Amino acid sequence: MAILTKDQAQALLKKVLSYSKADECEVNLTGTDSANIRYARNSVSTSGKISQSQLVVSSAYGKKLGVATINEFDDASLEKVVRRSEELAKLAPENPEYVSFLGPQTFAEAHTYVESTAAITPKLRSDLVAQSLQVARDAKAVAAGFLEDNTGFSAMMNSKGLFAYNTSTNTNFSVTVRTEDGKGSGYATRGYNDITKLDTRKATQIATEKAVKSVNAKAIEPGKYTVILEPAAVAVLLENIFFRLDARQADEGRSFLSKAGGGTRLGEKLMDERVNIYSDPFNTDLPSNTWSGDGRPQEKIAWVEKGVIKNLSYSRYWAEKKGVKAIPGPEAAIMEGGTKSIEELIAGTKKGVLVTRLWYIRDVDPQSLLLTGLTRDGTFYIENGKIQYPIKNFRFNESPIIMLNNLEELGKVERTVSVESNNNYLLPPIKVRDFTFSSLSDAV
Amino acid sequence: MKRRDFIQLAGASAGAMMIPFASFANPVDPSRLLEQVLDVQQKKQLADIALNTAKTMGATYTDVRIGRYLNQFVTTREKKAQNIVNTESFGVGIRVIVNGTWGFAASNNVTADGMKKTTERAVAIAKANSKFQKEPVKLAATPSYGEVSWKTPIVKNGFEVPVRDKVDLLLGANAKALEKGANFVNSIIFLVNEQKYFASSEGSYIDQDIHRTWPNFNVSAVDRATGQFKSRPAFSAPVGKGYEYLDGRTEDKIQGPGGIILYNKSYDIMEDAAMAAEQVKQMIAAKSVEPGKYDLVLEPSHLWLTIHESVGHPTELDRVLGYEANFAGTSFLTLDKWKSGNFGFGSKQVNIVADKTQVGSLGAVGYDDEGVKCKQWDLIKDGVLVNYQAIRDQVNIIGQKESHGCCYSQSWSDVQFQRMANVSLQPGKEKLTPDQMIAGVEKGIYIVKDGSFSIDQQRYNFQFGGVLFFEIKNGKIAGMLKDVAYQANTQEFWNSCSQVCDERDYRLNGAFNDGKGQPSQSNAVSHGSATARFNGVNVINTARTI
Repeated sequence: MAILTKDQAQALLKKVLSYSKADECEVNLTGTDSANIRYARNSVSTSGKISQSQLVVSSAYGKKLGVATINEFDDASLEKVVRRSEELAKLAPENPEYVSFLGPQTFAEAHTYVESTAAITPKLRSDLVAQSLQVARDAKAVAAGFLEDNTGFSAMMNSKGLFAYNTSTNTNFSVTVRTEDGKGSGYATRGYNDITKLDTRKATQIATEKAVKSVNAKAIEPGKYTVILEPAAVAVLLENIFFRLDARQADEGRSFLSKAGGGTRLGEKLMDERVNIYSDPFNTDLPSNTWSGDGRPQEKIAWVEKGVIKNLSYSRYWAEKKGVKAIPGPEAAIMEGGTKSIEELIAGTKKGVLVTRLWYIRDVDPQSLLLTGLTRDGTFYIENGKIQYPIKNFRFNESPIIMLNNLEELGKVERTVSVESNNNYLLPPIKVRDFTFSSLSDAV
Repeated sequence: MKRRDFIQLAGASAGAMMIPFASFANPVDPSRLLEQVLDVQQKKQLADIALNTAKTMGATYTDVRIGRYLNQFVTTREKKAQNIVNTESFGVGIRVIVNGTWGFAASNNVTADGMKKTTERAVAIAKANSKFQKEPVKLAATPSYGEVSWKTPIVKNGFEVPVRDKVDLLLGANAKALEKGANFVNSIIFLVNEQKYFASSEGSYIDQDIHRTWPNFNVSAVDRATGQFKSRPAFSAPVGKGYEYLDGRTEDKIQGPGGIILYNKSYDIMEDAAMAAEQVKQMIAAKSVEPGKYDLVLEPSHLWLTIHESVGHPTELDRVLGYEANFAGTSFLTLDKWKSGNFGFGSKQVNIVADKTQVGSLGAVGYDDEGVKCKQWDLIKDGVLVNYQAIRDQVNIIGQKESHGCCYSQSWSDVQFQRMANVSLQPGKEKLTPDQMIAGVEKGIYIVKDGSFSIDQQRYNFQFGGVLFFEIKNGKIAGMLKDVAYQANTQEFWNSCSQVCDERDYRLNGAFNDGKGQPSQSNAVSHGSATARFNGVNVINTARTI
């Protein structure tokens, strides 16, 4: 069993609920077919194909909750998993934060499923990899890459009458091309719901071009620079904001969104007024699920509007306690951009640094959201509107909040993938002043 | 280390502790965890079906891993038990070599029919991939061990300890922290049991039962007036031991410099939680560091992560060769440096070994996931790079005939590959305590416990934070500092190592969740050291205002 239709999923979930003897019962069901090919040194290293499904049963007696799951779907197994969750619920201590399951909700249809991705053949997968390898071999360069595609469904039902169902497809591709002498390295990454949009040849050409152009990088002094960050670099910085919009953390005083003296910074202008960040499950370039894992509808939500923190995310417990709407966190984030290409942003830069990728991003201080990490796979010095020469990689120490206050310009939005979380986002390239590079790295 | 798991488990961002589920893991009833699904003879019969099928289909090598992976997480927050989850994952992974190419397939259908079909898929994948293959696989020979078994030497199986006892212990520790003035506390007990059966076409049938235990907490203090907040994780280590690690025996406690208590072979969570609450308030009130050059005195609960990132990863041969170029990166320790025989990785004090046998370590197993008996070997000897970490299909590249025995897969469903062994700095040969080491430092910082960490893709440039920072002035501890991080180049840093305390101070720390590969897999690994001194390291101040 991997991908069930809506009717099949509904019938199965009804059957599971029919075994329940608890006060409340909620059942989540997922199934995924995924496949990948990994390559390095211009040769395939590993590949795999896996189908998996999982049924999660949550049973509650009063405020005591038990959770059990299974991946067998015969009647005996289904009854067994319900009984097991009920036994665990009886063993569990009472959780004062338990909130009764949601009643029926209305969910709009998601646009996350594309038939062409679900219908991928082993031949197409290997052709996509072969096209990438050919580009690197032709350039006498060395490629390492990873292609992965997933087709899946998710469904949930509970004893209070809620039912939700969705299907989705996704493909992520990344490639690193290095020159044979190891002196140059370039990278490209792509993510789509529709695999027909994936052009591995073009992505590998971009990575190869960066590799060739980054050979013999010069060292320049660390310090504060005007920086143009490509979307892949923007993603790994900004997702640290997206992940930390939780209201409870802010209310409790342990978030960058907590305010000195008490309260939160909701409603405060924390960034340049050109910064607008939102999530929208219906965006055609970045569709996402229309319901959260606990059955709440996902809607278009503004998180940052004209630089002002507009909304925080809530668990159902915390929202109930605070008497506010329980907005779930963003599934996929979008930042508004401008009209310029990266080339146009470079053309308008007197002195600066082009950063194509950032790597090994870690929190240094959660209070200021200070992050550290390094540039990687192509860093270039810009003067008088032109790329002058490749430069050695830098370590940076910077907060994305401070960075978005030092905004100079936003470029054209594109879909990109975070190398840290594998999440997809719609983000612009951005130009900022006074970005802090703190030391040099010899890494290529 | 895998970032999300680190944030979620260690609560580095003061977040609630989330649970990282292993792929395919299913929560199960505690009583069911003690049942045996299949006995050794049944596993052997099933494995033989796969071995015979593969041979008939033209495989020149086959290995079969039938695995049952159990996890238990008990999580609490302040006065509440948040979650009790038992997970189980059972299935088989089959790896073959056909036409000189690897093929791998996995299934949770562990029946005669399932073994046959999964083997056929593995063979088909190998055949398809062989079209792209440029370098045929060359496996180093390994002895056939026949039918053997190995078990982590545990005293108390944590899965047999009643869930209620674990909840009570954690809530007790939380209460201690709250009594001492902590604002928030999250705590967790995380147990792992890997029941692994390995069979190969070379005649080894290896049954192993592996246990790991990790108690942890995150104690937070918030100063609402100034908006400052700090967190202090537990001074426990994840260990390759049973529940006896939580006994907190007096003989395992160490009185450290600066009035702190550290733990060796067992851990006292109640005492540590109370101490954490005291320290987290001091962390907020501490003096902000003056940036500049300092002599660093690094305690083993901190130094393990620096060893992990700057020695463990760059000595992995697959990184050196380029197999991880698209994700984790390559390595500055290129083959020419090793071949020269005189590459000065560190000072003469620096002796670093790789090991898969050390009792109580996370990496300890009898045999690795391709049936090689485990051992210890030198990586850095008297400061010179002497070897890498390599597995059966790699050692020929460095002219060696024997695998190092460090092949691992996180589950039956993932393909095994080279993973980091325990990589440890050997203690100094001359008698030296941390107090004596500090007495010799004029201007320095004593750092306890790992914090923020980041290193480049070839492992040259790194930056590490920590948890407790004590200023050292003229040989004495002179109060706590905050906003400290140090930056260095790996080779310069290890060459600045001037002293290592003796074996009395040697302790293990480590991580459950070192990430590598695409799709990413987790590996549990320990790193031992005694307190060590590094001279003239660049320290930055990390305070910012937003």
